[in-house]
Amino acid sequence: MRYGRGSDVLSELNFSLAQGSFHFVTGPSGAGKSSLLKLIYLAAKPSKGLVHLFGQDTSQAPANARPSLRRRIGVVFQDLVLLEHLSAFDNTALPLRIAGRKPNDYRTDVAELLTWVGLGSRMHDMPATLSGGERQRLAIARAVVNRPEILLADEPTGNVDHEMAVRIFRLFVELNRLGTTVLIATHDQDLIARSGRAVLHLDKGRISRRAPSSPAAAMPAP
Amino acid sequence: MSETFDPTRWRPAPFLPEKEDRDPSLIFVVAVLCFLACLTAMGVIAANRAAHAWTGQLTGEATVIVRPRGGETPDAAAAHAAEVLAQTPGVSEVRALEPAKAYDLIRPWLGDVSDLEDLPVPRLVAVTLDGKHPADAQNLRAALAAQSVDATVDDHSLWIKDIRRAGRLVAGVGVAVFLLMAATAASVVAFATRAGLAARRDIVEVLHLAGAEDDFIARLFQARFARVASQGGLIGAGAAAALGVGLRLAGGGEGLTPALPIAWSDLLAVVPCPLLAALVAAAAAHITAMSLIKDIQ
Repeated sequence: MRYGRGSDVLSELNFSLAQGSFHFVTGPSGAGKSSLLKLIYLAAKPSKGLVHLFGQDTSQAPANARPSLRRRIGVVFQDLVLLEHLSAFDNTALPLRIAGRKPNDYRTDVAELLTWVGLGSRMHDMPATLSGGERQRLAIARAVVNRPEILLADEPTGNVDHEMAVRIFRLFVELNRLGTTVLIATHDQDLIARSGRAVLHLDKGRISRRAPSSPAAAMPAP
Repeated sequence: MSETFDPTRWRPAPFLPEKEDRDPSLIFVVAVLCFLACLTAMGVIAANRAAHAWTGQLTGEATVIVRPRGGETPDAAAAHAAEVLAQTPGVSEVRALEPAKAYDLIRPWLGDVSDLEDLPVPRLVAVTLDGKHPADAQNLRAALAAQSVDATVDDHSLWIKDIRRAGRLVAGVGVAVFLLMAATAASVVAFATRAGLAARRDIVEVLHLAGAEDDFIARLFQARFARVASQGGLIGAGAAAALGVGLRLAGGGEGLTPALPIAWSDLLAVVPCPLLAALVAAAAAHITAMSLIKDIQ
């Protein structure tokens, strides 16, 4: 994969993720973690090769088929990209509205989800009034509200303290238990080391698998 | 900590912010364009009516210039011609004009001459033609020639042709100006849509990656700019209507000037303007948004 006429950002990648698995993607800055996620959530196309997802090569999917594929993927963006003019509740309900669901069908679900991520008392508030951790959890709530089959998160603990990082990790583990395939790009080696989850290591555009480490006792059980 | 939030009373908020900083500028530009377009439309309608009225008056009348024959006095020649014309089919009224009228007509050319009466000034006969079956110039000439009257018939056809041509020209220019306004409005909205999409690229990307169809996103911008343009259209049309009312009241029964008589019904020309502005804006926004969204992919 490359941007424009630049050099390859990712090359000779060949890996698969089992359905319902939980993986971290790690590597130095500029290794291509975000680009890898973009390939999966259909924000970019590979210059060569294929991305096999949901039983089809999504890199070749026609434009009119891509929206329905995207609805099956939840994404927590590195910069969160919350819609600042919408309340926490509206931000969370966004994917459901886009999917054409009727408000009566999901009001309660959205409220429960926001309560679950610890934003039960902030549903009516605008993102600008939320703390960094609350914004992060709001972005996660929006990413998972549609019960995606795959959840991708790009540096989801990058701007929060250790305690909040642990709470966010617990959320991902809980979602994974419910059957969602989780892939998290992060620099947080401490979090990775204590999680006991499999790691895909990216370096200079190439990928390698690393065996899961034993979760440290310090990592609280979800 | 926020106030207690009741999800059962929640209503979805608009995907796009309801107000943007640049909205007032866009509303102002659209209002000005609509104002000018409405004035153009009212002007074209009034000019068209004036041209019809003038041609109607001219086609309903003819002027006959009578020259006396040897030994015949000008007055006798005019009376004879009037008698002949009165019996011609297609003529409803004939009136031999007093000599003073003829002198008045030539006085500007000759100056204040005291003994005009000594000149062989031809007499004029005004003919009012039948409204339903008017006689044409050829009929009148034939009738006069048959009775040996030396006369020239002027049915004003030269003027009528010029007035009709002027009327068509005014209408054509009006339509061209109107189309130019619409194209300008479309360009302004397209420019504003580009700026709006660039400023709200984050929203577009979130909607896009959350699975929104291109057309769904484009329709959001389409609806938004249609609403803004219709507001501008309403202001522009309202201002034009107010000006039209002012002109009509200031000008009395014939409008501000007899040359451009504005009628109350002309004010209806402003009614479709907000809708047209909204349609033009919607189309421009949709096309622009679709093109830009495709670039984002």
